[in-house]
Amino acid sequence: MHVTSRRFKDNVRGAVNDANLRQSLATMKTGFRVKRGLAVAALPEFEALREAGKAIKTHTLEHLDHYLEHFEARVLERGGHVHWAPDAETARRAVLDICRTHGAKTVTKGKSMVAEEIELNAFLEGHGIRPVETDLGEYIIQLRHELPSHIIAPAIHVRKSQVASTFRESHPQFPADRPLEEPRELLDEARTVLREHFLGADVGITGANFLVAETGSSVIVTNEGNGDLTQLLPRVHIVVTSIEKVVPTLEDTGTLLRLLARSATGQIMSSYTTVSTGPRRPDDPDGPDHFHVVLLDNGRSRLLGGEFQDVLRCIRCAACINHCPVYGAVGGHAYGSVYPGPIGSVLTPGLASLEESASLPNASTLCGRCEEVCPMKIPLPRMLRHWREQEFARHLTPARTRWGLRAWAFAARRPWLYRLGTGLAGRLLSRLGRGRGRLARLPLAGGWTQVRDLPVPPPGGTFMARYKRGETR
Amino acid sequence: MPPETTPPGVPRVALLVTCLADLFRPTVAQAALRLLDAAGCTVRVPERQTCCGQPAFNSGDRVDAVAQARFMVEALEAESVDYVVAPSGSCASHIRHQYPILLGDDPAWAGRARELADKTHELLSFLVDRLGWTDVPGRLDAQVTYHDTCSGVRELGVKAQPRALMARVEGLAVTELAAPEECCGFGGTFCVKYPDISGRMAGDKADDVVATGAGMVLGGDMGCLLNIAGMLKRRGSSVQVRHVAEVLAGLTDAAPPIGEGTEAP
Ligand code: SF4
Repeated sequence: MHVTSRRFKDNVRGAVNDANLRQSLATMKTGFRVKRGLAVAALPEFEALREAGKAIKTHTLEHLDHYLEHFEARVLERGGHVHWAPDAETARRAVLDICRTHGAKTVTKGKSMVAEEIELNAFLEGHGIRPVETDLGEYIIQLRHELPSHIIAPAIHVRKSQVASTFRESHPQFPADRPLEEPRELLDEARTVLREHFLGADVGITGANFLVAETGSSVIVTNEGNGDLTQLLPRVHIVVTSIEKVVPTLEDTGTLLRLLARSATGQIMSSYTTVSTGPRRPDDPDGPDHFHVVLLDNGRSRLLGGEFQDVLRCIRCAACINHCPVYGAVGGHAYGSVYPGPIGSVLTPGLASLEESASLPNASTLCGRCEEVCPMKIPLPRMLRHWREQEFARHLTPARTRWGLRAWAFAARRPWLYRLGTGLAGRLLSRLGRGRGRLARLPLAGGWTQVRDLPVPPPGGTFMARYKRGETR
Repeated sequence: MPPETTPPGVPRVALLVTCLADLFRPTVAQAALRLLDAAGCTVRVPERQTCCGQPAFNSGDRVDAVAQARFMVEALEAESVDYVVAPSGSCASHIRHQYPILLGDDPAWAGRARELADKTHELLSFLVDRLGWTDVPGRLDAQVTYHDTCSGVRELGVKAQPRALMARVEGLAVTELAAPEECCGFGGTFCVKYPDISGRMAGDKADDVVATGAGMVLGGDMGCLLNIAGMLKRRGSSVQVRHVAEVLAGLTDAAPPIGEGTEAP
């Protein structure tokens, strides 16, 4: 997995000052958050549903090998194929081989985060195959040569006016004098162009929200119906997905779907829920002739059995992202990973490496909002802290921080020394504040004073000193 | 000094001052003493207490976090009390929720950590939920707003209690923030490691505060209040910032608002 999280701090600087991005993120807060809140409030059993969903996924992860084998057996029975991909390269190769076998020139793609994770588009293009994204957001960022900045709203960072200019640049047949401002006009234009691709594609690639072990089915949800056209019209359907998506039964899928849409967009159900089971049977009116599932591991099985196993319960609803104040301040691209926000900061070090993504687990106030809204009750803050502990243990934490902590810890267990230190610091700070009660600058505290003043203690000493002198009653 | 023997039925409380109140805002601990006293508790201030250890814990320094937890268990055990109370959601939550985990593997300490955790409370929720007491002495003619601090509201359920207490302060009118539970961007060492993000979050909080039209913003955790005050003052805002305990205890004359001095600005 390609990550550029080492540049996190630089990315952040650009992001917090990007006016367009600010507007987009403000819309997200009022949109997704409010809608989820209303949907949850309207369902009295939401809490019970969360427990049920969590139990389903926890159970499945405990017996993941069993359910995956079961799933594979059902897919084979229905005439499909399963390709096990331990890493991204194997997954990409598997897709390419299938495309080549069928002489594919163009593939349509429904939204798939796993395809983003393995950077499938660039790979296919490099091998002479043209991938066309059919989810509107994915289509927009594909034209703009950008990465998704959100796992369910990949183009959330793009303003409407920017979409219009992107379309005008990339669709030369579009008359220059025709208006292209309203969402309706933009949608119609995208639809016109995409329709041709749907009809002309040789292979359709989708992701999967769930894989059903009892039936060998893959399940996707969309709001645009593009997934159905992507997987029904071409001769070949490839599902590119990952191992933790499997659940035991269709019934279980129903439970998780009820959580997914509410947590993601505040809908009761997504507009389209599509279950695909194997290739077209003789008396089916439509469907692909060939059905393939590429099952990616890419580091996930390493997380099993350890302190990060619970993160594999994730159903990619993005509630944690939508409610994250850090994401809300910097947007998705700053993270340098296809998985941004709290889920990304836990997942990325697990799938890539902690060295490459050491900033991410630290870039959180641990405010707890993500865990509060996560339908699968994943303890994201605890996991961010686990990564920090691993960083500390592996000496990835900067030396200055380590020494600072060591000095603090030494004093904090020696009250006489601690009081000496706080007494001196308090007197110094309040003297420097010179009756103004705050400092605009302070050496060694640049991280604080760069953006805000530092309030200083009032004169008179620490509480412990005053208490000792009997001045606190 | 408190009497050596406490009459039966009177709650015996140890005050956990918290490192930030100790250094930056002694009046907060003073206000806590006054409130606990008014609520009928006998209060002691354990002499060897320093800091609960969150700086190490949240930086991934498990070894020092564990050592600090042991040190504080010992320091707070020194007084035989029924409760330990802190004017901070974040420190109280750390002791309640993390000490039993940090010391849980060590048979010599697990029981002691559990016992301390069970009797440790955040000040406002202690007064209202444990003691059922809201008879605060404070009076203040002011229109204020209230920031729900993250650990307080999400880890300890501190939400209704401060409002119940503020409602009893004569002259006080409370206007809610648009997003009272949104993090202010403090986050311990986060605020100095990622000043750009922290500054953006604090800025959004300051905007929300100013939009209420209130002349003062209150909250229950010194970390957040230093951050919010630092941002408001950097922007030249006249909105005052105080720990809610100071207002409840009627101690607003004891010190200027956070980040303000004795001189006119
Ligand atoms: S971690 Fe939870 S909230 Fe975040 S995307 Fe996954 S399921 Fe949704």
